Amino acid sequence: MKTYVSVLRLRLLNGMQYKVAAIAGVATQFFWGFMLIMVYVAFYSHSTAPPPMTLSQVVNYIWLQQALLALVALWIRDPELLELITTGNIAYELCRPCDLYGFWYAKLLAQRLSNAMLRSFPILIIGLLLPQPYRFSLPPDITHLCLFLIAMTLGVLILVAVSMFIYISVFYTMSPMGSLLLFAVIGEFFSGLVIPIPLMPAWVQTLADFLPFRWTVDFPFRVYSGEIGMEKAWLGLGIQVLWLGFLIVLGRRWFQHSVTKTVVQGG
Amino acid sequence: MRLLMRYFSILFQSQMQYKASFYLLTFGQFIVPFSVFAGLYFLFQRFGQIRGWSFYEVALCFAVIHMSFAISESFARGFDAFSSLVRNGNFDRILVRPRSTVLQVLGSNFEFSRVGRLIQSLLVLIWVVFHLSITWNILRVATLILMVASGVFIFAGIFILAATMCFWTVEAIEVANIFTDGGREMAQYPLNIYQKWVARFFTFVIPFASANYLPMQYLLGKESGSQGYLYMLSSLSGILFIVPCLGIWNLGVRHYRSTGS
Repeated sequence: MKTYVSVLRLRLLNGMQYKVAAIAGVATQFFWGFMLIMVYVAFYSHSTAPPPMTLSQVVNYIWLQQALLALVALWIRDPELLELITTGNIAYELCRPCDLYGFWYAKLLAQRLSNAMLRSFPILIIGLLLPQPYRFSLPPDITHLCLFLIAMTLGVLILVAVSMFIYISVFYTMSPMGSLLLFAVIGEFFSGLVIPIPLMPAWVQTLADFLPFRWTVDFPFRVYSGEIGMEKAWLGLGIQVLWLGFLIVLGRRWFQHSVTKTVVQGG
Repeated sequence: MRLLMRYFSILFQSQMQYKASFYLLTFGQFIVPFSVFAGLYFLFQRFGQIRGWSFYEVALCFAVIHMSFAISESFARGFDAFSSLVRNGNFDRILVRPRSTVLQVLGSNFEFSRVGRLIQSLLVLIWVVFHLSITWNILRVATLILMVASGVFIFAGIFILAATMCFWTVEAIEVANIFTDGGREMAQYPLNIYQKWVARFFTFVIPFASANYLPMQYLLGKESGSQGYLYMLSSLSGILFIVPCLGIWNLGVRHYRSTGS
């Protein structure tokens, strides 16, 4: 465990070096947030039937999404790991005296955390100060905040477990583009990054229920704004843990299998 | 022009060397805007309309903007990747050749896989045209073509501006994405759904309105008579947008100091 923690810490410090990039990122995310909110404001201004989410819940959803994008976006990839696999340098990795799945998992997690840490707070803090209807509001009470934090942590852990499958698939395809695209497009759609899941038609929502993706973004975000009540939230946390366990066990198995089958060519 | 065609045919051959990868990329370019479009469709299923615009009208906007973005991005790819040209000092080589710099950078890269995005928006366009009750005549068809052209030139202008920044900063800056990707996402809705100042900015500073909102008034018959023709001609201003951009580019070229040795 200690090894993984130190890997995490090293990567975190490494990622924090790029401050200007982070500022530019914040500006971009801000613009996106504003633009999306304006679209939803326009949609909501003439809606006839009351939509399943209130506007302020949608606004919270959007700001959380913009602030935590580095944590939850599936298209973010680690070129280093991909290169290891395609160039055959994975041979060195195999020499490491620790479990490679855990090692990579920690690496990916740290990368996301370090990216998000610099970006998320400025966005959320400024978001809190904005005028209505753009304001990012606080959760209804402290329990919802705590539940959100737990749900978000579990969500990110699930997400990293999902993204491990992208790297595993590269062992077979040798090119990350295909699986990355498939995962990114399907995953982001069903995690609620294109439009919030509750605004989708019923049949799409049922489809989303059977996939792990909505537990990474949609569920924690809705716990935050209090749209998902206490009882349902606890149930959701349980489902998250189940998914997490399932994905890690499966991913680990498959990873070990593909690693033992790799043939490294050249010397 | 012949030189440009030569550039492109060479690039096409080189990109077709990896067929599987090419088709995958093309498919990806098809599927990404598709998911955005699905989101748009679902939102309209939920809300019915947006500030008086129906789904098909917005879809027309979407198709036009994505089409021009696809065309522009594939052409102006060289400008998008321009920072590496500056950083490696390879821009020196371009400067010593007896052809215009714009032409050479334009020819330095061409993304053929963007055809996927183009096909997607073309399908949307065809689908929409069948659903909108527009009486088509030559003027209306011309308007539609002008809209796309206007969008192409606006995006190209932004790509060029972003590349020009590299003369000063060397490294490409992410903020330019606000106007390329952000502009695309924004202009897929008619501009009058946004706040006044946003709409004004994207009408008078970066004339995205000339690629969708203004000419659409004419196309959909919301404005007719001489006023309508005025709206139609507004799409020309998008094409004119490229002129100041090229001016700034030339200013940048003069400012250029090589980083290479």
